[in-house]
Amino acid sequence: MTYQPQSDFGTPAATSDAQITLTIDGRTVTVPAGTSVMRAAAEQGTSIPKLCATDSLSAFGSCRLCLVEIDGRRGTPASCTTPVEPGMVVHTQTPRLQKLRKGVMELYISDHPLDCLTCGANGDCELQDQAGAVGLRDVRYQPVETHLGQAKDQSNPYFDFDPSKCIVCSRCVRACDEVQGTLALTVQGRGFGSKISAGIASDNFLGSECVSCGACVQACPTATLIEKKVVEIGTPERAVVTTCAYCGVGCTFRAEMRGEQLVRMVPWKEGKANRGHSCVKGRFAWGYAQHQERILKPMIRRSIQDPWQEVSWDDALAYAASELKRISATYGKQALGGITSSRCTNEETFLVQKLVRAGFGNNNVDTCARVCHSPTGYGLKTTFGTSAGTQDFDSVEDSDVILVIGANPTDGHPVFASRMKRRLRKGAKLIVIDPRRTDLVRSPHIEAQHHLALQPGTNVAVLTAMAHTIVTEGLVNEAFVKERCDWDEYQDWASFVSEDRNSPEALEPVTKVPAADLRAAARLYATGGNGAIYYGLGVTEHSQGSSTVMAIANLAMATGNIGRRGVGVNPLRGQNNVQGACDMGSFPHELAGYRHISDAATRALFEREWGVQLESEPGLRIPNMLDAATDGVFKAIYIQGEDILQSDPNTHHVAAGLEAMECVIVHDLFLNETANYAHIFLPGSTFLEKNGTFTNAERRIQPVRKVMTPLNGYEDWEVTQKLAQALGLDWNYAHPSEIMDEIARLTPSFAGVSFDRLDQEGSLQWPVNESAPDGSPIMHVDGFVRGKGKFVVTDYVPTDERTGPRYPLLLTTGRILSQYNVGAQTRRTDNVVWHEEDLLEIHPVDAENRGIKSGDWVRLASRAGETTLRATVTERVAPGVVYTTFHHPLTQANVVTTDYSDWATNCPEYKVTAVQISPSNGPTEWQESYAKLQNNARRIAKAEAAE
Amino acid sequence: MTSTTDNLVRMANQIAANLQHEPDVPKAVAEHIRLFWDPRMRQLILAPDVSGVSPDVASALDQLRDAS
Repeated sequence: MTYQPQSDFGTPAATSDAQITLTIDGRTVTVPAGTSVMRAAAEQGTSIPKLCATDSLSAFGSCRLCLVEIDGRRGTPASCTTPVEPGMVVHTQTPRLQKLRKGVMELYISDHPLDCLTCGANGDCELQDQAGAVGLRDVRYQPVETHLGQAKDQSNPYFDFDPSKCIVCSRCVRACDEVQGTLALTVQGRGFGSKISAGIASDNFLGSECVSCGACVQACPTATLIEKKVVEIGTPERAVVTTCAYCGVGCTFRAEMRGEQLVRMVPWKEGKANRGHSCVKGRFAWGYAQHQERILKPMIRRSIQDPWQEVSWDDALAYAASELKRISATYGKQALGGITSSRCTNEETFLVQKLVRAGFGNNNVDTCARVCHSPTGYGLKTTFGTSAGTQDFDSVEDSDVILVIGANPTDGHPVFASRMKRRLRKGAKLIVIDPRRTDLVRSPHIEAQHHLALQPGTNVAVLTAMAHTIVTEGLVNEAFVKERCDWDEYQDWASFVSEDRNSPEALEPVTKVPAADLRAAARLYATGGNGAIYYGLGVTEHSQGSSTVMAIANLAMATGNIGRRGVGVNPLRGQNNVQGACDMGSFPHELAGYRHISDAATRALFEREWGVQLESEPGLRIPNMLDAATDGVFKAIYIQGEDILQSDPNTHHVAAGLEAMECVIVHDLFLNETANYAHIFLPGSTFLEKNGTFTNAERRIQPVRKVMTPLNGYEDWEVTQKLAQALGLDWNYAHPSEIMDEIARLTPSFAGVSFDRLDQEGSLQWPVNESAPDGSPIMHVDGFVRGKGKFVVTDYVPTDERTGPRYPLLLTTGRILSQYNVGAQTRRTDNVVWHEEDLLEIHPVDAENRGIKSGDWVRLASRAGETTLRATVTERVAPGVVYTTFHHPLTQANVVTTDYSDWATNCPEYKVTAVQISPSNGPTEWQESYAKLQNNARRIAKAEAAE
Repeated sequence: MTSTTDNLVRMANQIAANLQHEPDVPKAVAEHIRLFWDPRMRQLILAPDVSGVSPDVASALDQLRDAS
C-alpha cells in the first residue's frame, strides 16, 4: 500500500455502552460516553489541530492547540480533555480559534530550528503539519534566548535525541510511562528550563534505564526522537503490515519501505496482539536480514573437513536428493529425519513434516518446541484437551491476581509484559514464583505481593503445597469443579494434595519457600478474584515439566479460574511460531491438529490428500535422533531454521550425533553452529522475504507478508518444495495460501482459516470452524475440549541431577531482553551493545567464598562439560544458585547442561544443572578447540573462474 | 547394554516414577511408551539383556512384549 501515516484519533477510544450524540461543526455525531471532543471530531472526519495528544496516551491538555468553542460555555476548552455531553454544540474552526492557535504555534516555532528541508522528519512531522494546519505564515518574535544548538544524544544505536527540536509536549515521557511502563524518561527542570531527560541528568539514553522499545520515538511529534535509519535513508514511501519473527507475543508491524529497502518497523496500532507497542528486538533489531554474513548461495561439501563449495540451486538440491536416496537405500528409510522450526511459518513447517512423512517415509520429524514447550502440549492436552493456552492477551486487563511462574516476561515477552504491568499498576495483585528476583518482582510502581524464590527443580512441590492450602482451607470452587470436571478424579487429587506430606510446612525443606509465604500466596490466588497464571520455560524445562503444567491446570480448575476473561492458564511461548509449529504436526507422534499417528481414521485423511501410505508408529524425537546417530543407525537429517548444536543440551552429545551422520542438510540464514557439521547448506529467507502465517501464544494466526525479494532467491517453502520435487514428489504449490488451504482441509481447528479471511480480519484465533466461525479468543468457555476437566495427581519426584561436594551449586539458564534464543539474529544487530557476551550471575556469598569479583573470568563446570565466562555478582540469584544466558556460541552454556529431561516429553532439563564455579584465567580446552573447528568449518572455497 | 539403552532405562524408570498414582502403573507406563517411543527405542529396551528397570517398568515391558 502507498504510504499513509497511521490514523490518530487524538485520545484513546472510550468503552462505555452508553452513547452520546452531539453536534460538531454543524454535523451530528454519536460516540460512547467518555469520548473526548477531539476524538468525536476525528471519528466524524474533522481533524482538530493538536501536538501533545495522540490516541495511545491519556489526554494531557498541555499544548493549547486543540482549543474549541462550545455553545453555552465560556472560554476555549481543550478538546482533548473535554468529554462529550449530550446535545453539546462544538465549533472547531472560528476566527477566534484560528487566532489563538496561530499564536500558540508562532511561539513554538520561534524556538524551533527552521531546517525543515534538511530535517530527517521532513514530510513526516506533526509540528510541520500543524504549522500548515493553523495557517502560520510568519514568526514575529526575534530569538533572544532559545533552546537551539543543544548537543544531540546519539548514544542509542537505533535512534537520536535532539533536544533543540523538542517542544516538551511530554508525549515521550507519557509513552514510557503509560505504554511501556519503564518510566525511564522525565521532564527535568521547570518552565523555560524544562528538558526531556533519560534517567538522571548525567545519563544519556544508552546509559539510562531506557529499554529502547521505541514507544517514545513513535510518540514524538517532531524530529526530536527519530530513527537513525530514517535520518540515513529518508522517509518511507509505502508500508506493508506483517508479523514480527521474534518472540511468541507476535507483534504486528508496518514494515515501512522505500522501494525494496526497509526504512523502519513501526508497531501497527490495529495489531490485536501488541495493540501498537513494540520492543527493542521487533522494532529495531532487523539488521541481520541484510548482514554481510548471510549466506545467499547454496553450498555443498563431501566431508565436514572440506571447505564449502558454492553451487547452483539445482546442483545442491540434486546432491541432497541423491544423498537422501542413497542413505535410505543403504541403511533403510528410518535412517532419515527432519527438524522443523518455530522461527518459520506455519506453511513452511507443515511442508517439512510432510516431506518427512510422505517423502522420507517415516515419522522422524520433530521441532524445536521439543526443547521448550513440548510439556505444555502434553500437560494441557491431558488436563483440558487442547495443547494451547486458554486466553487472549487482552484478557489480562480483567485479571485481579496474576501468578507468574518460571517466566521473565519483561525480558522474554516484553510487549505483553508492558500490558501486564499496566494492569498491575491499576491494582491487580502479583505472585512471582521464580528462583531469581526478576525485574517484575519489583519495578516502578509494581511490587509482587509474594515472591516465592524456590529451589530450582521444585516447581511441582510448590504447586502441590499451594493446592494443599487451597483444598485443606476450604478455598476450592466446588460448584465449578462439580459442573466442569470429573468429580471422582478431583476427589482423588484432593485427597492426595491434602496429605500432610504435601503441606507447605512439610515441603519447605525441599522448596526453600517459607510455608507462611506459600500459604498466603495460595490464599491470594484462590480468593483474590480473577486469577490468571502465566508461565514460561522455567516450568517446562525440568524433569517434571509436564507434571508442573498439569499441576498448574489443577490449580486453575480447583479455583474455577478457567473459561472467562481475566483468568486462565497461559504459556508464554519462546519463539514466534512455537504454537504454530506444534499445531502443524511437527511432533513425531502426531499429525496436524494434535491427532495421534496411530489413529487410522486421521491417517487415512492425510493418506488420501497426499497419495501415500503413512507409518503408524511414532518417530524419533530430537534427542532420540541424536542417540540413534551415535548408535550408527540414523544417518541423514534436514534441519530448517534451527541451530541444535547451540540450543540443545549437552553440546558434546549433539556434536557427536551430528558428526556420526553422513548427510546433514542445514537450511538457514547463516552458517550457524550446527552447520559446522553439515554437508549441504541451503540458504534461507528472512521473515521480510516471505509470505505465510505465524501463530502466537494466544493461538492467533497472523499474516507474514513479503516486503522484499528474497536475497537468496527463494522463500523457504519453495526450497522445501524443490527438495521434495528432487526426491520425486509431485508438489506444485504456487503460493503459501495453497498450503494453508491444505492445512484447513486436514485440520479441524483450522477449518475456517484462509489467507483471504486473514486479510479481511487481520488475524484469527484457532479454533476457527463451524462452531466458532470467527475464532476463539477464550477457550473452554462452556466446557473443556476433552469434556470434563481432568485432575491429575502430580507427585513431586526429585530430579536425578543432584548437587554434591564436586558440584555444589545449581545452574539455571535463561535469556535477556536484547538477545533472542541462540543469538543468530540479534548478535548480528546493534543489540550487542547491551549484551556482548554471556555473563554468569552469582550471589555475593558464593562469590566471596570463591574469591570471585564482578568482571572476573570464571570456570563453569558440570558433569557434562565446562566453559568459561565472566561473572557478575548480584543478589538477583539466591545463594547456591547461579544463572547465565545461552546467546553466544563461544560461551556455549549448553556444554554444561545435561541429558536429563522431562519424563513425558524429553524436553531437556535446562533449568537444573549441578555445577561448580572457580576462578579462571582463560578459555577452556573445549572453547579453544571449538573456536578452531568453527573457523575451519566456515571456509568457503573460491569459485573457479568461468572459461 | 549401550549408553542409549542405559538412557532408555533411565527414561522408563522416570516415567514409572511419575505415573505412580495411576490405578495400573505398568499399564500406564506401557501405554506411554507405546504412544511416544519409536519402534527401535522399544526394541532396545525389550532386549533380553536389559537390566536396571524398576518392577513397574519390568511389568510394563512384559505387557509390551505380549502385545508385539
